[in-house]
Amino acid sequence: MVSAPLVRLAGVSKIYRSLQGGDYAALRDFDLEIAAGELFCLLGTSGCGKTTALNIIAGFEEATSGAVEIAGHTIKGPGADRGVVFQGDDSLYPWLTALGNVEFGLRMRGMKRRERDERARSYLELVGLRGQETKHPPELSGGMKQRIQIARVLANEPEILLMDEPFAALDAQTRAVMQQELVKIWQTTGKTVLFITHDIDEAVTLATRIGVMHAGPESRIKGVVEVDLAADERDRTNDRFVAVYRQVHEMIREEVAIAMRRSA
Amino acid sequence: MTVIAKTSPVAKISPVWRGRAAVVAGYIAGFASLFVVWHIAATYVVSSVLFPPPGRVVFKAVELARDGILGQQIAVSMRRILTGFACGSLIGIPIGLAIGSFAPVRRMLEPYTEFFRFIPATAMITVAVIWFGIGEGSKIFLIIYTTVFIVILNTAAGVSAVTPNKIRAARSLGANRAQVFLYVALPATVPYILTGMRLAMGNSFVTIIAAELVAANAGLGKMIWDARLYMLVDQIFVALLVLGALGFITDRLFRWAIYTFAGRYSPVT
Repeated sequence: MVSAPLVRLAGVSKIYRSLQGGDYAALRDFDLEIAAGELFCLLGTSGCGKTTALNIIAGFEEATSGAVEIAGHTIKGPGADRGVVFQGDDSLYPWLTALGNVEFGLRMRGMKRRERDERARSYLELVGLRGQETKHPPELSGGMKQRIQIARVLANEPEILLMDEPFAALDAQTRAVMQQELVKIWQTTGKTVLFITHDIDEAVTLATRIGVMHAGPESRIKGVVEVDLAADERDRTNDRFVAVYRQVHEMIREEVAIAMRRSA
Repeated sequence: MTVIAKTSPVAKISPVWRGRAAVVAGYIAGFASLFVVWHIAATYVVSSVLFPPPGRVVFKAVELARDGILGQQIAVSMRRILTGFACGSLIGIPIGLAIGSFAPVRRMLEPYTEFFRFIPATAMITVAVIWFGIGEGSKIFLIIYTTVFIVILNTAAGVSAVTPNKIRAARSLGANRAQVFLYVALPATVPYILTGMRLAMGNSFVTIIAAELVAANAGLGKMIWDARLYMLVDQIFVALLVLGALGFITDRLFRWAIYTFAGRYSPVT
């Protein structure tokens, strides 16, 4: 059974023109296909262009060339069909309550107050923020703020969640909890997720597939690893987990070395 | 002190009120010490008719208040400040928003803001009097002038300080450009606008007194000037005392208004 991918990038290049004349190609001939319902992790060293790829899918940046499609339609700018969860909390609106942040998208499309209120509350509950509805983001912890971001995106019911290293700024314990929660949410909602990370451990814990990127510039996907692990095998002491980890590590090790040489 | 009050197990009054009481007590103690220092300096150190002690000044203030003169002068000056301040803010906010939002507007208007902000309102007094006479017109013009540039600069700075991720998030949540402006850029700028207005309020006090000193038919500045002519030192000090008090009260009221009505916009402290 071959179904059309939800997200398709084919031969995408992104070239930043510099005023000094030296162009910088962040991506070159970048191909990516994500099927509906996947939790796809894009893994790469810092500066490899993974955020550029996400920004292109989100519509924040335009590809210099190549095809960028969602559900068969060409992406032209940001849209409510692609919800973005950012790394930092600076995308939240501190003048709105947690509830106000979560219902923001619904308010923009003119949904009635009672209806959007109800939906926002149910998503806040889903991310474990019941009872925090009237708090403002500055009153909440880093983990809670990321939960608001996730609820805000989910409440809008997009086709896909684009998550740009959403847990990278959290402490290790909170990050582990958030990873488990994300998997749970992904299982309950059945949403498609594109998750960007530089952390192999995180990728193996979360992903159904991992796309490993070459070091930049002119980056593209080096290879895709299928992560065929059951929920109870997603544990870094599990042998099968370690095997996948090694496989991914083997692919990325060389790229890390290249990246380090280039930045030196 | 506040911390101890908050954690004290015997606390029966709510910690919020205890905190407020501590703040008020601090102010009272601070002002009381000011009067004590003033009294000592005027009575024992300087001991001159040119430097009256606080008791005499307060006595004079009560006398002037009873005659209705003081209230009248305060009303005149405050009306000028508030009218000019309100107009200046109403003009400054939209211009600041436009400058911050659209680069061509910024390039066009920057010469004006960058040029005029170096010409203080006090330097414009003569021009204002020549143009608008010594009545209300020149005073309100000067207060508008002193308000508008600070409000413009702060508002514009606020717009450009909105983090790109706030706007990107809104766009990918389905907001169109008008909605991004109305529901993201504008509220994110509110703290900057309020800060600008608060600074402008302080400047308005400086400007109004200077303007009334130079040319006016009424107001606290005029009161100081007239008192100087007749060597009524007590009266000069009454005006100074009132100015300090008015400035302090106005600023507190402004802060209180921010906390009450715009506290959620993470207000100025």
